[in-house]
Amino acid sequence: MTLVFLEGVDDELSRQAVTLAESLGGDVRAVTVDGPFAPAAWAAAIVDAAGGDDIVGPGSDRGNEVLAHVAAQLDLPFAANVSEVRGDQLTRIRWGGTLLEEARLHADRKVLTAAPFAFVASVDSTQAQVLAPNLDGAVAVVDHIAPDTGGKVSLADAKVVVSGGRGVGSAEGFAILEDLAALLDAAVGCSRVVTSAGWRPHSDQVGQTGTKVSPDLYIACGISGATQHIAGCKGAKALLAINADREATIFAHADYAVIGDLHEIVPAIAAELRKVKGS
Amino acid sequence: MRILVCVKRVPITGGRMVLTADAQAIETKHLGFTISPHEECGVEEAVRIVESAGGEVVVLTLGPEEAAEQIRDCMAIGADRGIHLVSSEEWDAQATAGAIADAIRGEEPFDLIVFGNESADAGGYQVGIRVAYALGLPVVTGLKGLTVDGGRARCEQEVPGGRDVYDVALPAVVTVKEGLNLPRYPSVPAKLRAKSKPLDARPAERPASRLEKLRLVVPEGSRKQAEILGEGPGAAPRVVEVMQQLGVA
Repeated sequence: MTLVFLEGVDDELSRQAVTLAESLGGDVRAVTVDGPFAPAAWAAAIVDAAGGDDIVGPGSDRGNEVLAHVAAQLDLPFAANVSEVRGDQLTRIRWGGTLLEEARLHADRKVLTAAPFAFVASVDSTQAQVLAPNLDGAVAVVDHIAPDTGGKVSLADAKVVVSGGRGVGSAEGFAILEDLAALLDAAVGCSRVVTSAGWRPHSDQVGQTGTKVSPDLYIACGISGATQHIAGCKGAKALLAINADREATIFAHADYAVIGDLHEIVPAIAAELRKVKGS
Repeated sequence: MRILVCVKRVPITGGRMVLTADAQAIETKHLGFTISPHEECGVEEAVRIVESAGGEVVVLTLGPEEAAEQIRDCMAIGADRGIHLVSSEEWDAQATAGAIADAIRGEEPFDLIVFGNESADAGGYQVGIRVAYALGLPVVTGLKGLTVDGGRARCEQEVPGGRDVYDVALPAVVTVKEGLNLPRYPSVPAKLRAKSKPLDARPAERPASRLEKLRLVVPEGSRKQAEILGEGPGAAPRVVEVMQQLGVA
């Protein structure tokens, strides 16, 4: 028997976790938790509801947090971001998904989260039991701050992302990327090199330690293709790389390539778009 | 304020993952090393708090002898002293948390214990939380904002659609994310001072792993053959055609 924790009954990553739970064999029961987020209290409610069953959750930040609390409360090992289970062995992702680990679990119960997009979301309309945690003295969310996107489309939601790396050369160099992004209703992203240099805020960073994006088109301008960056943009449906170095690693991850100086190519694309849209 | 920051030595991986012949680790012959990006921000935040409020920043790592380099890097940012649990083996998250909790019990109490939200390499998402349970402390994860005042910490956790806010009494454990601050580049004098700061190194014996790594695997099929749309600005019309085919222009 497996208990699966859902962030919400319609939540995509949670429904992927149901598929992982189903892959373990045996019955699957789903739960959600009501009220303000309180990780330790939520975990305690889940532990109670599970009895002696295996416990599975989504590989989101919140899913990983709650399941880590569950494992700490039960003194069990916890395997985060699992992509496959074979008996007592499993595969999980490392380095933001650019490397896999095969591991053996030494425990009589499993505590796991499902690596995002390693499983197809379960089609079963999930009937979830709603748990009411005991919030007495619990660490809980007391306030929420809405994001300030300045009215622009957010990086995580954008259908197109125009992203710049070291090759852009300076903070001012991003003006041509901003211009192209405005024409495509796109968000502007960047690599870690750019935020470390202070050219763009960290909220623009795409990567393993930044935002993970999944647009229809990701345009990588002057980005070399370090694994740190690929971990954040590999969810894109199509990737166009613009780079002067034809040996750049980014081309091994790209669907489309333009070779040359982004400072000439990006304005040329913008001009062509204006021409096409104007006609 | 007495603040402990826990860090982990990891390779700077660059563009391609290459494994050792036994598939137990990344081949690091040609790679440099650092600490996880989240942890760099943890060290910077701790140093800023102590710069304004006074106190001490201690850095702790569990890792091979060479991880002393990473402790010295943290000292160059401003940490006052280091604790190095020396082991050349890879530990699972549960064993790591146990060793860290034991080391903390042997110290004067800390007001704040800081971890990265997850390590860059293993990405287990749990060591900070397990240490909090072992020590009976509250824990808040994934911080992008932290204000410490009057024996309490106001914690801003990044969530889809903004930030959730928590208010916890100290002592507490927090795990942080890159973006919390922009870490400084250490000055040359700061690097020189770091060499003479106290570093307590002691051997650590690894217990049996309950999540036992068997081998690492580079995922297949991640390499693509890109369609070259052209060279230089002359490629623009073809790029716009592709955008139209994809339905984004």
